[in-house]
Amino acid sequence: MADRSGLLLRHVLLLLGAAVMLAPFVLMLSLSLKPPAEIFAPEFRLLPVQWAAVEDYTAAFTKVPLARFLLNGFIVTFCIFTAQALTALPMAYALAKLRWQGRDTAFLLVLAALLVPPQVPAIPLYIALWQLDLLNTYAAIILPSTISVFGIFLMRQFFRTVPDDLIAAARMDGLGEFAIVWRIMLPTAAPALAAFGCLSFIWNWNEFFWPYIAVQSEQLMTPPLGIAFFSDTEAGTSWGPLMAAATVATAPLVLAFLLAQRAFVRGVTMTGIK
Amino acid sequence: MAEHARHPGARAEAIAAWLLALPALLLMWAMLLGPALAVLLLSFTDWSLGEPEIGWAGLGNYLQLADDPVFWQSLRNTLIYVGVSVPATVGLGLGAALLVESVGRGRAFYRAAYFLPVASTLLAMALVWEFMFHPTVGFVTQGFRALGLPTTDWLQNPDTALLALAVIGIWQNLGLAMVLFVAGLQGIPRDLYEALAMDGADGAWERFRRVTWPMLGPALVFVVAIIAIRSFQVFDTVAVLTEGGPNKATEVLLHTMVQEGFRFLRTAYGAAITVIFLVFTLAVTVAQTVLLDRRAHYG
Repeated sequence: MADRSGLLLRHVLLLLGAAVMLAPFVLMLSLSLKPPAEIFAPEFRLLPVQWAAVEDYTAAFTKVPLARFLLNGFIVTFCIFTAQALTALPMAYALAKLRWQGRDTAFLLVLAALLVPPQVPAIPLYIALWQLDLLNTYAAIILPSTISVFGIFLMRQFFRTVPDDLIAAARMDGLGEFAIVWRIMLPTAAPALAAFGCLSFIWNWNEFFWPYIAVQSEQLMTPPLGIAFFSDTEAGTSWGPLMAAATVATAPLVLAFLLAQRAFVRGVTMTGIK
Repeated sequence: MAEHARHPGARAEAIAAWLLALPALLLMWAMLLGPALAVLLLSFTDWSLGEPEIGWAGLGNYLQLADDPVFWQSLRNTLIYVGVSVPATVGLGLGAALLVESVGRGRAFYRAAYFLPVASTLLAMALVWEFMFHPTVGFVTQGFRALGLPTTDWLQNPDTALLALAVIGIWQNLGLAMVLFVAGLQGIPRDLYEALAMDGADGAWERFRRVTWPMLGPALVFVVAIIAIRSFQVFDTVAVLTEGGPNKATEVLLHTMVQEGFRFLRTAYGAAITVIFLVFTLAVTVAQTVLLDRRAHYG
């Protein structure tokens, strides 16, 4: 009996916590459906009396180029992940499975780079891109993130668990080291790569600090930057359209998370692998 | 090493390894390590963006920082932010992990609900939080009022603005801490609990105190370090919700760095602030390594 009520209490606590965690999402959706008059109503209602969903979402897409922001978000995250995977996989293989002088030094460099928060290189990168006249371009947003030392570390740890026999057999079959990376290691690494891809997508979709510095043009803004820009121009006056835009900017991440929960969580917990 | 060098194809293997590693090594230097060193060098100069001349300033920027009340305020605010959000995030994350692991049904739902903020567009959610903190109709305000507590304009009141931002940070990172703790909990061997039960100690508190807590040590250190580093990087919410105000009450290191380095174009001064920021995040990692090492020796 005591056990039963204990379980009930735990569920009550967890449900309360879940309500707090989800409240902002519910509020966002609810406000995105309401006309201005109902947003500041003293009593909160989940659903509007007078629906304004069409108006709010139309305003979100027309007052700012929201579709463009989304497209930019996909372009940027896709290019970044492609570059990260193309550079990390071969390096991780070389670190995990090949014998070469300089391997230990290279790995130490990876560990050192892991300690550098992404905001630290901002000033020199800005100067360099300014001199190359690349500020305010896609390249400016993408280039600094083309390397992920975290990805290298993660894939190296994973490759170390791949049996040497598999590689030896591939060599017997006459495969070169490059072919081994792409034809043997890449397929075995698919789960780890998917987990890393999820993390890379969350991080780079969310990245605000660097685009905020490197980009001014509305046409190049990523979703977070675009939302901030929208909020700035509206100055807190039109919550409905703003929340509609926020919903649209959050939806891809939330949908991806709900579809690939396992990969997400695996990716996060893999950071703890020693 | 010498015996490896003799095996046939060793040379070819080494060349292939270098070629495979080269793109990543070059990018690593170009995008991370090189710029990090450049920041350090730049912090000892007097350069500002666009100027043709660059001069050595020695410790000039750091001495100026020591005399700059905005910098001290910014450092103090950052430390308060970290000091509030780390224990709260870790404590609540651990609590949530223990609860989630102790119930059978609904585990997947709870886990998804708590993790959702980690997998959302923080900037969009920050704006929702701005509404949550609205001084009349915000959920936070209404909650306080319902409990008979005083309310205020949370983000515009210098006494509460930083705490309000910390609340957003806690909400955002709690799920991350929870998921990492769940992984730690699942790594604890079942037979330890069984052994404890054989000893006759089977209360929930005894189980936590004698098995869970000691076994969770390394995970705890790791989670504290990750959350601390993420908290030191607070910038987004400050930039869109308060811009460091009211009256510098939410000025934090990265925001000061962006203001000085990019808005006022005092590049070298911004570089010095970046170095201070880097030193603090490195200190977290050093502390983590020392703690884990000590545990490893005793464990």
